[in-house]
Amino acid sequence: MTENSWQPTASLEALRRRAALLADIRRFFAARDVLEVEVPLLSRRATSDPHIQSIAAHCNGADAWLATSPEFALKRLLAAGLGDCYSLGRAFREGEAGGRHNPEFTMLEWYRCDWDDRRLMREVGELLSRVLGINDVQSLSYRALFQRELQLDPHTADDNTLRACAARELELSFEPADRDECLDLLMSHRLEPAMGDGITLLYDFPASQAALAKVLEDDTGTPVARRFEAYAGGLELANGYWELTDAEEQLRRFRADQRYRREHGLIERPFEERLVGALRAGIPECAGVALGVDRLLMLAGGYQRIDEVMAFPIERA
Amino acid sequence: MASYSTNEFKGGLKVMLDGDPCSIVDNEFVKPGKGQAFNRVKLRNLKTGRVWERTFRSGESLEAADVMDLEMEYLYNDGEFYYFMEPNSFEQYPASNDAVGDNAKWLKEQDTYVVTLYNDAPLAVTPPNHVILEITDTDPGLKGDTAQGGTKPATLSTGAVVKVPLFLEIGETVKVDTRTGEYLGRAK
Repeated sequence: MTENSWQPTASLEALRRRAALLADIRRFFAARDVLEVEVPLLSRRATSDPHIQSIAAHCNGADAWLATSPEFALKRLLAAGLGDCYSLGRAFREGEAGGRHNPEFTMLEWYRCDWDDRRLMREVGELLSRVLGINDVQSLSYRALFQRELQLDPHTADDNTLRACAARELELSFEPADRDECLDLLMSHRLEPAMGDGITLLYDFPASQAALAKVLEDDTGTPVARRFEAYAGGLELANGYWELTDAEEQLRRFRADQRYRREHGLIERPFEERLVGALRAGIPECAGVALGVDRLLMLAGGYQRIDEVMAFPIERA
Repeated sequence: MASYSTNEFKGGLKVMLDGDPCSIVDNEFVKPGKGQAFNRVKLRNLKTGRVWERTFRSGESLEAADVMDLEMEYLYNDGEFYYFMEPNSFEQYPASNDAVGDNAKWLKEQDTYVVTLYNDAPLAVTPPNHVILEITDTDPGLKGDTAQGGTKPATLSTGAVVKVPLFLEIGETVKVDTRTGEYLGRAK
């Protein structure tokens, strides 16, 4: 790929498929009375998530950042009483480029009031089945997948067991720093490829990977994050939560992120304290999920690389 | 020596890994939406030819390997080393049996080969994909056998043995693919 090429990397057929997919997604939500809303791509606040980096911009003489997801804005709208809603637009993440990543990509994110993660998982399964024409939809807990493939319980195994497992299964250039890094490595290298061709809905993540999900005890008494991910053909497509609604806990997690950033030499940026304000005012109990539309299109059309479904990926944008 | 970060890893880039010079074959960026970013990299060890798979944290870097591919003329073998000459500087480089390996059977004096230098010493010698060589030994050609489409072994001037059609004779020149050892045709 040369940087001076004027041509798109996607075929015209792929671009037509993209338009058809966007229209189909809007029909899906129109039929279910979920409202489409537009939220800012340019924000005065950045993400605090240590594993996601905002792209900096400059606007009207002050710092701004490109949105890494529409999550904060959509939750503020939920607190304002908007009800079930979705955003279908662009998201931006620094440093993410490769066969399955582009720093600018299309994200579908939606929220369902009074639903929990289990109910939203079913709806994600319905949307994926409809778009991909796959009826094989399996729900599996994070624990069950680790037990099936690696014979260990990811919630209770001690750090040494996880390190030994990562060292045995993978060729690493470094010592994993903590249990979450071991789990991420095993998930992306060993478990995703073992998922098969169907749709997999994976739920009850480790509490340490809760992000913005509630943490509750499962039926074995283990605290788990009520978070799920959807995969098809082993490709990660969506990440959802039974949303945290406790303002003080939200503030603690933001501050923990900022502390992690300081300790790990990452840039600390102003976090979205207005989300805390929205949660304090009151947000309905809800579940929400974000889905990568470019990857969905890759799977629907049998494309191998994200370049094949984007007119102009970053090298040509 | 310069170093390269994972986001600069590209096919063909030469880097040091575990003390050996390697050429990057493939670099895949892996990142769970809510997890840490890694690069899953395939590298060919230039000493052994073996392909390694290794996962790095995104942003890690490797030292560049002092590896260069140069076209050189093959001069002679003194029983211990194969001598190559860089045609611009006239500098001579002795290549060991390890560096030349199986490709010794394609070496013809005064022909040009790609010599991979590592810290200024030959690490590998690569012949052109196609070479033209003379048959120095083979069974006599049999007229009338051509319709059968059979083959016979023929020894070439460099020592390589390839399968050729039955009608070819000693003294004829043939074109051969050095990657597969396959006969491609009679050369004029």
